[in-house]
Amino acid sequence: MSVIQVDDLGKKYIIGYQQKTLGKYVALRDVIAEKAKDAFEFIVNPAAKIRSESEKRAQFEEFWALKGVSFGINEGDKVGIIGRNGAGKSTALKILSRITEPTKGRISIKGRVASLLEVGTGFHPELTGRENIFLNGAILGMTNREIKSKFDEIVAFAEVERFLDTPVKRYSSGMYVRLAFAVAAHLEPEILLVDEVLAVGDIQFQKKCLGKMEKVASEGRTVVFVSHNMEAIQRLCNRVILLGDGKVVQDGPTAEVINKYMQTGPSEVGEKVWTDQNKAPGDDSIRIHAVRLKDKYNKVCTNFDVRDPVSIELDFWVKQSKCFADAEVILYDRSGHIILYSVDNTDSSWKGKGREPGLYRSVCHVPGDLLNEGAISVTVAVSTIPHTCHAVAKEAVSFEVSDCMDPGGSRGDVAGVWPTAAVRPRLKWDVSAIEKK
Amino acid sequence: MKNADKFDLIIEPGRGIKNYWRDLWKYRELFYFLAWRDIMVRYKQTVIGVAWSVIRPFLTMVVFTVIFGNLAKLPSNGVPYPILVFAAMLPWQFFSSSLTESSGALLANSGMLTKIYFPRLIMPSSAVIVCLVDFLISFCMLIVLMVWFHFIPNWTIITLPFFLAIALVTSLGVGLWLSALNVKYRDFRYIVPFIVQFGLYISPVGFSSNIVPEQWRLLYSLNPMVGVIDGFRWAIIGNSASIYWPGFLISCVLSVLLMSSGIWYFRKMEHSFADII
Repeated sequence: MSVIQVDDLGKKYIIGYQQKTLGKYVALRDVIAEKAKDAFEFIVNPAAKIRSESEKRAQFEEFWALKGVSFGINEGDKVGIIGRNGAGKSTALKILSRITEPTKGRISIKGRVASLLEVGTGFHPELTGRENIFLNGAILGMTNREIKSKFDEIVAFAEVERFLDTPVKRYSSGMYVRLAFAVAAHLEPEILLVDEVLAVGDIQFQKKCLGKMEKVASEGRTVVFVSHNMEAIQRLCNRVILLGDGKVVQDGPTAEVINKYMQTGPSEVGEKVWTDQNKAPGDDSIRIHAVRLKDKYNKVCTNFDVRDPVSIELDFWVKQSKCFADAEVILYDRSGHIILYSVDNTDSSWKGKGREPGLYRSVCHVPGDLLNEGAISVTVAVSTIPHTCHAVAKEAVSFEVSDCMDPGGSRGDVAGVWPTAAVRPRLKWDVSAIEKK
Repeated sequence: MKNADKFDLIIEPGRGIKNYWRDLWKYRELFYFLAWRDIMVRYKQTVIGVAWSVIRPFLTMVVFTVIFGNLAKLPSNGVPYPILVFAAMLPWQFFSSSLTESSGALLANSGMLTKIYFPRLIMPSSAVIVCLVDFLISFCMLIVLMVWFHFIPNWTIITLPFFLAIALVTSLGVGLWLSALNVKYRDFRYIVPFIVQFGLYISPVGFSSNIVPEQWRLLYSLNPMVGVIDGFRWAIIGNSASIYWPGFLISCVLSVLLMSSGIWYFRKMEHSFADII
C-alpha cells in the first residue's frame, strides 16, 4: 500500500541578480525605493515602464530545483535518494518534511512522519544534557511520555551518563553529536525521513548509528534516506531513486541504480567557453570566460593517466578597476565529496594587487601521482577579498583519471585493484633492514 | 488517486495546512518546552538571575515617580505615585518585552525553522508566554509596594485578568506582525526598539491619562496600550482612576483587529519563511 504519493512535484526558486552580490535578504528601503521609482517613471514616461519591466525580469533568474518529479513509496519501503550536488535531493526532502512548500504538484502522505535533517536541531548550549534530551525530543515530535520511557535507552546509547547534568556547551563535539543522534534514533514514527546524518562522529559511532538505522528499517517502518554515502545506501535501502537536475533519472532496485549512477556520471567535458560576456556566469565585476582542462602537452583533454599532471585553466573578465580577484578551483569525486580546494593567491606576482579591467587567466597545476582513479568534476569560482563570490561555474568541466596498470607507476609492481581512497599520491618510502640474520 | 481521503496529509502549493489548528494543539508540548527553555536560559550566567525582572521595572518606576510625580507634580488623586506608575509599568513592560522577544523569535531560531516542521505560530507565541512569566514575577513587586504604602486595592482588582488578556492579545497581535515582517525585511530589527522607546512616552505610563485634554482622548485611545494601561490602573487603584469607556472600547476593538490581522498575515507568510530567512 502506498504511504507516500508524489505527483508532478516542482519547486522554483528565484535567484535575484542583486541579491547574489548584496546579501540574502531584502531591505524594506529597496522595496520602497523600487516602488517609488516605478511610480515616478510611469508618470514621466509610461512607455519606459514597459521596458524597465522586462529589464527587471531579466535581473531575476528562475531556477527549478525540482521539476515534474513523481514517485510512490509503499509501506515498509526503504528508499534511498541519490544524485549529484544540486540534483534536488535535499529540496525534495525539505518539501516532504513540510519545511518548505512546493511550487507545483502534490504530495499525499499517510502516517506519522518524522524528519531528521540535522541532528541536534534546537539543542541549547546552556542547557544540560538531560534538559536537552527533553527539548530536542519535543522538537522532533515526541511526546513527553515517550521521551520519559526512552530516556535511559537514549542516555546509554549516547554514552554520556556521567555528564547528564553538565551544560552541553562543555561537551566535546563527539559527545554532543552522540547525544543528538541518540535522541533522534529513538524516534518511532511510521515514516522516517533522513538526510546525511550518518556522516557524524567517529567510525565506531557511525557503525553503531548504521546498525540502529538497520534495526529501525527491519521493524517494517518506511524510511526515506538521502545520502552521498553509497555504502550506507546499499546496506539500508531496497530501492533507490536517482535524481538529476531536479528530475527523476532512474527509479529501481538499489544495485541497479547505484551502478548506473556510478557509470554514467556527467559526460566528460574538457572545455567550456562563454563567448557572450552578458550571459557568462558572474556579475558586474567579474565574469567567467572559459574553463579548460589541459594535459602535459597543453592540449584540451578529459582522460588522464594517474601519473600525469592536470592543468585547470580559468579565464575570466575583470570589469571593475582595483579588483582584488582570486580564482578558486574545487574538485569533486563521483559521490560529491570534495577532493581538494585551491586558490590562486599563492602566485606572488598577483597576490594582494588590485587588477584593472581586462581578461585574466589563472592556471591551477595538479601534479601527477596525486588524484586517484575515477571521475572528477571541477567547479571554478572567482571571489574578491573579503569573501564575496562573484562568479561560479558549477561542475563546469570534468575528467576521468584512469590507471593504465603499467608497472612503474605509483602502484609499483602491485597488480589488481587499488583500494578506493580520496587521493593516490606517490610518496617517498624509506626501506631498510634493521637486522640481518 | 482514487480516494484521496485515505491520506492523512496532503501537501500542495498555496493550500496551507488543512488541520492547522489541530496541528497547533498537537504541538502544544513543543510550545511548552520552548517557553520553558527560554525561561531556563534567560538568566543563566547572571549573578542575580530572576531578580532582573523585578529590578528593571522597579528602577524605571523610581525614575518616573521622581520626574513626573515630584518634579512635574502631575496629579495622582491621592494615590501613592509609585503605585500609580507601577500599575502602568507592569502591562507596559509586558507589552514592550513581548514585542522585542517575539519579533526576534523567528530569526533567533532560524536553525530550527529550516530543519524541522512545526506550526511556526508557536515561536512568537511562546516568546510572549515567557514575557508573561516575567510579568507575574514583577507583579509580586506591586504587592510589596501596596503593603509598603498600606494601600488596599479596590474590589475592581478581580477584573485584572480581563485586562491582562487584552494586553496579551495586543502583544501577540503586534508580535506576529513584526516577527513575520522581520523575516523578510530586516529593517524591523531597527524599527522595534524605536517603537518600544517611543511607545513608552506616548502611552500613559509615567502619568495618568486624565491629564490628556478631553477632546483628544478618543484619538489618544487609538494607541491600544492606552486602554490596557487605563484598565490596569482602574482595576488596581479603583474609582479614583476613572476609565474613559469609549476610548477603552476603541482600544479593545483595535487589539482584536491587530490580533486577527496578525494571524492572517503570519499564516500568509509562514510557508515561505524557510526559503527567505
